[in-house]
Amino acid sequence: MIGLAGFFALWEAASRTGLVPDYYLRPPSVVLPTLVRLLGDNHFQRALVATVLATLIALVIATAIAVPAGLLLGSVPVVRRAVMTLVEFLRPIPSVAIIPLAVITVGSGPETKIGLAVYAATWPILFNTMYALDEIDPLHVQTARAFGVRRLSVLTRVALPSAAPFVLTGVRLALALSLGVVISTEFFTGGTIGLGQYAMEAAEGTNMMAEVLATTVLAGALGLGANAALEWAHRKAFAWSLPRGGER
Amino acid sequence: MRMLEVSDLGHTYQGKDGAHTAIDGLGFSVEAGELVCVVGPSGCGKSTLLRTIAGLVRPTSGRVMLHGTPVDGVPSDLAVVFQDYSRSLFPWMSVTRNVEFPLRKLSRRKRAARAAEALSAVGLGKAGRKYPWQLSGGMQQRVAIARALAYRPALLLMDEPFASVDAQTRFELEDLLLRVRREQDTTILLVTHDIDESVYLGDRVLVLSKSPATVVADLDVPLGPVRDQIGTRASGEFVDLRARVAGMLQGNTPVGAR
Repeated sequence: MIGLAGFFALWEAASRTGLVPDYYLRPPSVVLPTLVRLLGDNHFQRALVATVLATLIALVIATAIAVPAGLLLGSVPVVRRAVMTLVEFLRPIPSVAIIPLAVITVGSGPETKIGLAVYAATWPILFNTMYALDEIDPLHVQTARAFGVRRLSVLTRVALPSAAPFVLTGVRLALALSLGVVISTEFFTGGTIGLGQYAMEAAEGTNMMAEVLATTVLAGALGLGANAALEWAHRKAFAWSLPRGGER
Repeated sequence: MRMLEVSDLGHTYQGKDGAHTAIDGLGFSVEAGELVCVVGPSGCGKSTLLRTIAGLVRPTSGRVMLHGTPVDGVPSDLAVVFQDYSRSLFPWMSVTRNVEFPLRKLSRRKRAARAAEALSAVGLGKAGRKYPWQLSGGMQQRVAIARALAYRPALLLMDEPFASVDAQTRFELEDLLLRVRREQDTTILLVTHDIDESVYLGDRVLVLSKSPATVVADLDVPLGPVRDQIGTRASGEFVDLRARVAGMLQGNTPVGAR
């Protein structure tokens, strides 16, 4: 919180002292009231809802793909060896780099930004699930096996709950990525509504930098809020996995 | 009735630096209701033996019969208590959920009843809502014992169950085991490296050789069903037996093998 306040103070100072021309970098004292005004604006509200919704849908789809895939890759070495090269090839491709390709081939509807966000969000969840499976205590597995739990059921009764905190961390990382990709795609696609598109249109008007910056600040606040919510959920649901500093 | 029969059992691991024979030509049997202790030097293959009986490791030779049926895969009426309670209990489940874990085939109500009964048998009737990591080591091992008892196994296997708790707690848990076993008439095979513990707990003590493990001696422990940490350990029979076991473990000529 102190870091955030400091950042805004620095920004205000830079803008006021003329370090950067305040025509481009409007100070927070102008941007924040603009944001408040925009939040009451119907057009802006729809853009906000569209962006948040697209981000969440992408996150849900990515989780639905990445968790089972991570379980598979994490528990069947043959499959893992077979597809890891492909995964390592695809993963470093930034989804922002395929936005033009996606816009041309898929079009500029919401499916494009959702699809690209799914692509970006899948990797952290997939890798966290997969590596969490590597970390499972073999004694947990043996215990379950000794009580007659079959190999496939070990996956759901032991592996998944034990990996769950890492999976949620993956989802948290994926959320920020997903939001970023959705907004970036909106910059490029004229036909869709969303925060990115709103900022783009605002930038084309005269003297609208305050609105562009307000949208940017809001994107940051969304990420911050969502991350805090997931961290809270993590502490609530997975208290067992938190470091306990040797306390017993 | 013969609960367990192990005949000519052998297991060889294929490692990077060649094969390692952990156990070789092992044979013994356990009658229903007996508590048999297996004692042997560290690294002699005791854990391998136990995991083979539990169906977790497939033997390379010989066979294991559990009440007349050859063990192939994990038997359904067998429970294991491992040494490392902190890694064998599931940290994401409450104590009650841990104890209910093996009972998934029962109705919810029966599961709860069994878990409550098992937890009170080990003196943890009020800890059900806690999580394993909120309990002391000794209490965690009680939970692991309760989980095994709730399953009502025909055979309970214990792999160095008290090796990771302090001496005072070990005495308490040993007596707890003797009491529970008198009450529930469980057949138990307990592996330990602690000579005193094997004599104090066992109806019989099986002494294993260094790796590859074979049975060096099979001794009866005529100390009766009710034992006492101070009186029993001071008795002449106890002292005599522990000396014989210690002698055999140090590689002296086996005596009293039957």
